[in-house]
Amino acid sequence: MIQNNNKNIIFGLYDDEEELMSAIKKAQKDHLEIYDVFTPFPVHGLDPVLKLEESRLHQAGFIYGMLGTLTAFLGMTWVFVKDWPNIFGGKPYWSVPAFIPITFELTVLFSAIGMTVTFYIINGLGPGVKNTYLHDRITDDKFCLAFDTHNVSSSAAEAFFSSTGASEVHSKTL
Amino acid sequence: MSAVVSPIRKPLITGNKTYHQITEDLISPTEKTPTKEWVIGFVLSVAVLTFGIFSIIWTIWVGIGSWNLNRTINWSWDITNFVWWIGIGHAGTLISAILLLFRQKWRTGVNRAAEAMTIFAVMCAGLFPLIHMGRIWLAPFILPYPNTRGPLWPNFNSPLLWDVFAISTYLTVSLLFWYTGLVPDFATVRDRAKGFRKKIYNTLSFGWTGSAKHWQRWESLSLVLAGLSTPLVLSVHTIVSFDFATSVIPGWHTTIFPPYFVAGAIFSGFAMVLTLMIITRKLLHLEDYITIEHIESMNKVILLTGTIVGVAYLTELFISWYSGYVYEQFAFFNRALGPYWWSYFGMMFCNVVAPQFFWKKSWRRNVTLTFFLSIVVNIGMWFERFVIIATTLARDYLPSSWSLYSPTWVEIGIYVGTFGLFFTCYLIFVRVAPVVAVAEIKHILKSGGNQYVGENATQRHHHEHDNNEEDHH
Repeated sequence: MIQNNNKNIIFGLYDDEEELMSAIKKAQKDHLEIYDVFTPFPVHGLDPVLKLEESRLHQAGFIYGMLGTLTAFLGMTWVFVKDWPNIFGGKPYWSVPAFIPITFELTVLFSAIGMTVTFYIINGLGPGVKNTYLHDRITDDKFCLAFDTHNVSSSAAEAFFSSTGASEVHSKTL
Repeated sequence: MSAVVSPIRKPLITGNKTYHQITEDLISPTEKTPTKEWVIGFVLSVAVLTFGIFSIIWTIWVGIGSWNLNRTINWSWDITNFVWWIGIGHAGTLISAILLLFRQKWRTGVNRAAEAMTIFAVMCAGLFPLIHMGRIWLAPFILPYPNTRGPLWPNFNSPLLWDVFAISTYLTVSLLFWYTGLVPDFATVRDRAKGFRKKIYNTLSFGWTGSAKHWQRWESLSLVLAGLSTPLVLSVHTIVSFDFATSVIPGWHTTIFPPYFVAGAIFSGFAMVLTLMIITRKLLHLEDYITIEHIESMNKVILLTGTIVGVAYLTELFISWYSGYVYEQFAFFNRALGPYWWSYFGMMFCNVVAPQFFWKKSWRRNVTLTFFLSIVVNIGMWFERFVIIATTLARDYLPSSWSLYSPTWVEIGIYVGTFGLFFTCYLIFVRVAPVVAVAEIKHILKSGGNQYVGENATQRHHHEHDNNEEDHH
C-alpha cells in the first residue's frame, strides 16, 4: 500500500500476467521482499501466490447488514407499539409480517453502504485522494512488480528484472 | 490463467485484441470531440427534457387537475409510466449481479451500460410518484424522521411506503455497485489524460492504484454487492406489484403478481438494453465487444421472460374464470373485450407473440430484427401496465361511475420528458465514462477472447483454447 513517505521504489513492468506470476514466484524463491504488485485488472491466482489473506470485507458487510435489520425492525416496533400506536385494518400494533419488506430493504442498504465506505477507507481511496502512481500504463496493459530499495538493492532488483523478462524497469520515490 | 473454457463456447471478444488495444478502443470515445450524431442526439434530448420540466412545473403550478385523472380512474399514465420505467431499470442489476453470480462472462460486454441505464430509468420512475403527490414539497414526509407534527410517522404497513424504501435502496445500491466498477476504469482514463482532465479523473478515480490487495477487496466487494443486489432486484418489483396485489380491486388482487411483475421487468429491461446497445455499438464501433453472441444471449433471456409473462397472462385468465367470482371474471372480460380492448391485444401481441420469433437462431442473431422487436417489447410492456392500471379502474363496481380516460398534453409531456431525462443522462455517461467495463473485459480476454495476447507469451494451460477456429466472422 502506498502510504508511507520517502520510499525508493524500483519496479519492473511485464507484458503479461503469466510473466508477472512466474516473476513473483522467482522473487519469493530468491527471498526478495516484494513491495507491491499492480495490475490493470484483477488477476486470478495472484492472491495465493502473494499469500494475501482473504478479505474480511464480507464479514463487515454482515455486521452492517445486521445493524440495518435491527434498525428497521426495532425502529418500526418502537414507532407502532410505543410512540404512536395505530390500528391499521384491524391488525395488531406489532404486525411483524408487514415489517418484513422494509426490514429486508434496510438490511441490504446498510450492508451495501457500510461495505462500500469501508472498502474505500481501508484502501485509502476516496475523492480528492492524491496517490503517487508508479506508471501510467499499469491501468492499461502493464503488470507491475515493485521492490522497496530499502529491502532489495537496486542492482539485485535490476538483475532480477532482466532475468525474468520485464519489458521496462523504472524507479520512483514515493 | 487456468480458467476452464469450453471449446464450444463462442468468443465474447473478437478481433484479436491486445490489452492495450482494449484500452484504446474503449477509452478513446471519451477522449475524442463529440460526433455529429452525439450532438444532435444530445440537443434533441435536452429539448425534450425541457418540455418535460415545463410540463412538471405546469402540473405543480396548476395541480393534478391538469391531468385527466378522475374519481374512477385515479391512477393512469403516471403510475403506468412509473412501473414501466422501474421495470426497465431491472435489467442492469440483473446483468451485473445475477449473471455475475452465475459466472456468465458475456455480462462484461453490457453490464456497465446496463447499470447506467438502470440508474437513469429508476430516476425517471421515481419522478412519477413524487409529482403525483400534487404537493411535491410535502414529499419528505414519506421518510420516517422526527418531525414537528407529533412526530407523525408514515404507515410502515403500506406497500406504498415499502416502495419508497425498495426504490431508494435499489437506486443507492445500484449507484454504489456501478461506481465501484467504474473506479478502476476512471483510473485508466486518468492515466491517459493530461492537464485539467487528469485532475477531474483523478478525483473520479478516487486515487485508484491497481494494487493487488485493492483488487482482491474490489472483487470481494463486487461479489457481495452482487449477492445483495440479487434478492434486492427481485424484491423491488415484487414490492411494486404489492401496490396492486394487496388491494381489493378485482384484477389486481392476485397472488401471481410478484413473479409475473419480476419476469415482465426483466423482459422489458433486456429489451431496453438491446435497443440502447445496438445503437451504442454501432455509433461507438464496439462490435468486437458487444458481439452477436451478446445479442443472442439477451434474446434468449427475452424469449424466456416473454414466455413466462405469456403464461402469467393465460394463468390470470384461467384463474379468473375458475374462481367463479363474477367481479374477477368481469374484470378480465373487460380488459380483453371492453373499451380498451386494443391495449389488451397490443399487450398480447407485443409481449407474448413477438418474442416467439426468437426461437429461431438466425432471427436471434439478426441485429435489425432484434432492434425492431426490442422496441415492440417495450411498447408491449407499457401496454401491460396501462391494461392493469387504467382499464381495470375504468370499470369499477358501480356502472354509474364507469369512466374513460385519455391523457392531457401535460401527462404526455411528462412522459416524453422522462425520455429526455433518460437520454440526456445516457449521452453524458457515454461521453464521460467507458461504456464497456474495461478492466472486466481484460479480465475475460484470455478465457473469453478468441486469441492469446502479448508478444512474450509464456506457457499456457492445456485447457485454454488456441485461436478459436470455429469463429472468424
